Amino acid sequence: MSATAVEHKTSPEKAKDQKSSIEVKGPSVSREVLDGAQALVRGLERQGVEYIWGLSGGAAIPIFDAIVTTGTKIKLVLVRHEQGATHIADGYARVTGRPGVVLVTSGPGATNTVTGILTAHMDSVPMVVLTGQTISPMLGKDAFQEADVFGITMPIVKHSYLVKKTNDIPRIVKEAFHIANTGRPGPVLIDIPKDVSSGPCTADLDPPMDLPGYNPAIPVDKAGVMAIAEALRKSKRPVLLAGHGVLISRAWDSLRRLAETLQAPVTTTLLGKGAFPENHPLSLGMLGMHGTAYANKAMIECDLVMSIGSRFDDRIIGQAPKFCKDAVRIHIDIDAAEINKMIKVHHWCVGDAREILDELTQHVRRLDTNDWLNHLNGYKKKYPLKYKKYGGLKMQYILDELDKLTGCNAIISTDVGQHQMWSAQFNKTIRPDGWLSSGGAGTMGYGFPAAIGAQFAKPKDQVWAVVGDGGFQMTMCELATAALHKLPVKVLVLNNHYLGMVRQWQELFFENRESGVNLEGNPDFAKLAECYPGAKGFTLKRGADIRKILKRAMDYTDGPSVINAEVEKADNVYPMIPAGRAIEDMILEAPKYKMEKPTGST
Amino acid sequence: MTTSVANPHIAPYTGHHTISVYVANKPGVLARIAQVFARRGYNIESLVVSPAMDGQFSRMTIGLSGNPEGMEQIIKQTSKLIDVLRCTDHTDDDAVVKELALVKVGASAAQRAEVLQIGEHFGCKTVDLTETSMILQCTGNSEKIDALVGMLGKFRIIELVRTGKVLMARGDGLT
Repeated sequence: MSATAVEHKTSPEKAKDQKSSIEVKGPSVSREVLDGAQALVRGLERQGVEYIWGLSGGAAIPIFDAIVTTGTKIKLVLVRHEQGATHIADGYARVTGRPGVVLVTSGPGATNTVTGILTAHMDSVPMVVLTGQTISPMLGKDAFQEADVFGITMPIVKHSYLVKKTNDIPRIVKEAFHIANTGRPGPVLIDIPKDVSSGPCTADLDPPMDLPGYNPAIPVDKAGVMAIAEALRKSKRPVLLAGHGVLISRAWDSLRRLAETLQAPVTTTLLGKGAFPENHPLSLGMLGMHGTAYANKAMIECDLVMSIGSRFDDRIIGQAPKFCKDAVRIHIDIDAAEINKMIKVHHWCVGDAREILDELTQHVRRLDTNDWLNHLNGYKKKYPLKYKKYGGLKMQYILDELDKLTGCNAIISTDVGQHQMWSAQFNKTIRPDGWLSSGGAGTMGYGFPAAIGAQFAKPKDQVWAVVGDGGFQMTMCELATAALHKLPVKVLVLNNHYLGMVRQWQELFFENRESGVNLEGNPDFAKLAECYPGAKGFTLKRGADIRKILKRAMDYTDGPSVINAEVEKADNVYPMIPAGRAIEDMILEAPKYKMEKPTGST
Repeated sequence: MTTSVANPHIAPYTGHHTISVYVANKPGVLARIAQVFARRGYNIESLVVSPAMDGQFSRMTIGLSGNPEGMEQIIKQTSKLIDVLRCTDHTDDDAVVKELALVKVGASAAQRAEVLQIGEHFGCKTVDLTETSMILQCTGNSEKIDALVGMLGKFRIIELVRTGKVLMARGDGLT
């Protein structure tokens, strides 16, 4: 029970002696005794790990050493900051569906991963974070570079381990990957004291797991599915709301079959972009705070809403009691704790989205939705996403052109803020791995490293990091990582010299009192990029040059490119539903009256 | 499943809840559970942790007060933890709930007989006796112990230690 019990099994000196001399007979073959770190690397190999993103330090040296001594094929990528490692692993995991692996040292190395772990936790991204730790006898004694990272990260991991015995390493590694990537995925942290990683490991390298409290496989609740099918049959104005869960369970084809069978429109959350092709006639695009007007109007007027793998986040529902209050509300989610958390639903089904959708599709037929679809198409014509091409250079204009030039086929990774919302609106996502964004945590600094992770995962695909000047400066040190590995990541810095979203709020709700939002002192990002060998910098100032500059960056494939786009300084994102207000309170353009301060947090 | 089916793990709100959690005996499991309750504003009033019949597992009995609206949510959040095998909410009706208390009472020779008489009424054992004090051991439900403490109030209670509630489901079902 005690998290602090310390075991003094083997001193590091003793361990070293044993390492060279002991031969152990395994179940079938004898092998040389590995140390804990080497057993760890073998465990990672068994999990099919391709890359480790990390930054070394004292307590992690045995593990970094094992990457050399085992001769493993796993590629170690040295990052420039531990936060970058976590976001790179996150981007890789979102694109491949496999856990990203991070390796850092104790103390500050470990605490620097906290933001990335939170980001992965909030967005259900599989990740395994390995942290070095001071030797066991020193735990709790304020040793050099000691941090109780097991305790610090407890609320933001799916699970975590503080390894006490070297022989536990193979089992823990196996369990960590199983936990990270089954059920509702999430980050798992393994904290490994240095004496444990350097002690001898005589355990079976493929031991059984010991997880009596974890049963992620949930059989499809057929009665629940039938109740949902019955509710759907009665609906004339249905909306399917697709979230990240559709992508995690790889249910995009299943969703499409269901939507086309029913002839029901589909809207997605920010993280659900890619779950349903946004150029499909049944697509309503993204809903929510800065979603399309037609998606939000559909939520107001529908008679049935079915969420698939979304958690009815506060960005989506506005005011919970008013959200779809007269509609039949249905929730499909793998996490039972999400049911009835934000809004009360009439029907639910807990389990894997793909299995449930496939079962459901067998029990439904085309609904009489012609009038409903015509009505929504009217909204699409009446309230399109729009911007003015003249005047200052607009972020929307650049993103719209990017969308056209890439044919929606690039992977887009965004940071957080105004550019993120405009990118979500104008970069139509048609491929399931085409959109990476920090939704739950809203982590500035996410976009660029996540794009690096995506590029590692898909070396031949075009990957764009759409970032703001604020967020980019938080993790731009990874330019070195991208340049060194000749990754052709394209970074589009939409530079308005402001923390633009906060400035927008201050303008709308705080009588335009700017406070802490002016990014005076920005470097010239194009020049900065050129400082890194192999990286290219471009400057974009005029609408007439957009295509030319974007194309130049697209054509450069020997390393990263950074486009410094000097955009209009004080533009605002619409549509907008102020935080804590109902969807009915959506505003489509700059209000002519003074707005009340929002009651929602942000 | 539809909303018409009540969750069998949720007891109706009666003011206080007693939750039984069956967990794998792994490091940090108590801290994880405590965090789930603390984050959502629940106050842990009593907590008993002890090894289960199978030493690989532990049993926690947690007395709670807080917003009844969130009880279903918090049970699910606790059940979701990797090391938790099951988490159930109980009331006095579906479970036997007991507590043990030790009460140290200052009692002179003249007062002793009356204290012993009260103790006897509540089925207490006298587990320590000196010239000036005695310790009564009482087991029963929490209300009984409250009543004993009330009756002893006219004497000098030097110390009171209560174990917190433990419970077991009635019938042949598992707790």
